[in-house]
Amino acid sequence: MLGYIFRRLLLLVPVFLAVSVVIFSIIHLIPGDPIDNLLKIGSGPEQREIITARYGLDKPLVVQYWIWLSGVLQGDLGTAIVARRPVADLIAQALPHSLTLGLCALAFSTTFGIVLGVIAALNRDKFADQAIMGGVLLGSTMPGFWLGLLLILVFSVWLGMFPVSGARTWSALVLPVVTVGLGGTALVARVTRVAMIEAAQRDFVMLLHAKGMRPLRINLRHVLRHALIPVVTILSLRIGWILGGAVTVEVVFARPGLGTLLIKSLNQHDYPVVQACLLILAMAVMLGTLIGDVIQAAMDPRIRAALG
Amino acid sequence: MLLRVENLSVQIGSITPLEGVNFDLDKGEILGLVGESGSGKSLTALALAGLLPLIGGRIPTGRLLFDGADMVPMSRSQLRALRGRKIAFVTQNPMTALDPVQRIGDQVDFVSRTHLGLGRKAARARTVELLTQLRIPQADTICNAYPHQLSGGMKQRIVIAMALSGDPELIIADEPTTALDVTVQAQIIQILTTLVRERGLALVLITHDMGVVAQACDKVVVLYAGRLAEQRQVNALFGRPAHPYSAALIGCIPREGMAPGSLVGIPGAVPSVASYPTGCRFHPRCTNAGAGCSDIVPELRSLDAGGAVACHYPLPGIENA
Ligand SMILES: Nc1ncnc2c1ncn2[C@@H]1O[C@H](COP(=O)(O)OP(=O)(O)O)[C@@H](O)[C@H]1O
Ligand SMILES: [Mg+2]
Repeated sequence: MLGYIFRRLLLLVPVFLAVSVVIFSIIHLIPGDPIDNLLKIGSGPEQREIITARYGLDKPLVVQYWIWLSGVLQGDLGTAIVARRPVADLIAQALPHSLTLGLCALAFSTTFGIVLGVIAALNRDKFADQAIMGGVLLGSTMPGFWLGLLLILVFSVWLGMFPVSGARTWSALVLPVVTVGLGGTALVARVTRVAMIEAAQRDFVMLLHAKGMRPLRINLRHVLRHALIPVVTILSLRIGWILGGAVTVEVVFARPGLGTLLIKSLNQHDYPVVQACLLILAMAVMLGTLIGDVIQAAMDPRIRAALG
Repeated sequence: MLLRVENLSVQIGSITPLEGVNFDLDKGEILGLVGESGSGKSLTALALAGLLPLIGGRIPTGRLLFDGADMVPMSRSQLRALRGRKIAFVTQNPMTALDPVQRIGDQVDFVSRTHLGLGRKAARARTVELLTQLRIPQADTICNAYPHQLSGGMKQRIVIAMALSGDPELIIADEPTTALDVTVQAQIIQILTTLVRERGLALVLITHDMGVVAQACDKVVVLYAGRLAEQRQVNALFGRPAHPYSAALIGCIPREGMAPGSLVGIPGAVPSVASYPTGCRFHPRCTNAGAGCSDIVPELRSLDAGGAVACHYPLPGIENA
């Protein structure tokens, strides 16, 4: 098992390099550059050249990439061109906000998704099932920013229960978490329901009944346990997504997280910051998958055996 | 009488795939339940184990007297109290019968902990003892293994251990060896029947291997297309079968290499529920069919020699014998 985790971590190195190339190329293909944001109105072309050279933007792309990559590998994310601060500082400020939001949303969608999925599966085709699945469908089709605005309108503006925006208090976290978590809840509920129904039809369930086990125990201890294996796959794919997927929601709620930082830096063509943000999101996706695979192996001895 | 099945039928949705099944079984007896695939053996087993609700089935008519109490009107929780405790079940395919993510020992322990009220340690000791009796080497190591680490034969022994663990009075084994390697089939049957005999339990052994019936059983019930064809003492059936279908079954005791469930001796196949013939359901395949077979359902008639047969023209030398 430890050997497997180590091998998977090693595998992250080539993936990391590939991702970094893609990110770097895309960023520099986008028209426009950061210098426009630095030049004072009325400055001439010679000033532009001076500033361009100062940030190394006059060098060929390959050289720029190499300089950036060797910095990253030494733990130096560079300096923001427009914000004029170390990128690491900006990230360190933004990341905790995003992590809090992402992890809370993940916990929210995991808990409610599994509970709703189980209730729906146990009441298959009855009213509770149809009500839950209908609600879930509705929730999953609503775009995050729209749902966010709706929640702000109802709970902050009309009811005054939560702050409209910001991240100063814990109560400011509630609406963003619900907004980000609802889509995930829908997904988890659907997968849980289908996996429960499928697992309940497995042969060994018949023998559990034959042993005289209570249906509730069969469903919660055995059927759910099997159903959770595909649910973990879905969730692990979401760990990374939820950091990145929170981007629009962070903007709507004006939370100073990674998403807000990313959007702002993109608008300003602040290459080093954008690159660092995207790299972190990509790494989160990869780590999420790894974590999911490890949890699955912990849950299923057959997977463990196959991994050696 | 431990078990008395009276006019049992089973209904699933709008179809009635099983009807008119009668037999009884005493403590210490082994009953073979035979018939080609699709004749209703598994449905009979599920009915006896009170598991029909799981497949959406119910019992519209008939009685299932177990220890004198009718199981048909029992509630689900009453049936659950019987299952694993008084009536144990051995399923067809040991490869899929065990929970793949739970350790072997815990799966067996459950039965004695739940039904006999044993503590963790006592239950485990009982499990190890049972596994040893089933000739499983290193029983305490096996307890910590997961199902995928064991062979099919080993898994079926585990399932049998689970069945024995609650100290049942009746065991229902639905083709317990069909899914296994030919080489271990005989061994499993032998272990199962020996333990059942030693403990004086009753066993309903479902099989389509007439050789197994001849060797291991006291009584036999022959089903065809969801109806009882004949039920007899084993010696009587093999000596002088009354139903042409039984005779055909005996005539084709499967030999090695034959696909299980295929009866080379009888041309044709068991009809499906949707296309059951009128009259005697066996008449299109019967060599002995005569007037009335195609439109009158044969009543179940007791034979003077013991047992009963449902046939208009039972084989000669039987009637009034
Ligand atoms: N869950 C079910 N739903 C509908 N029909 C079923 C079901 N189970 C069995 N049957 C029907 O009942 C008949 C007897 O099946 P079964 O008892 O499994 O036969 P056997 O075990 O003798 O091969 C078959 O014709 C089959 O189609
Ligand atoms: Mg069957």
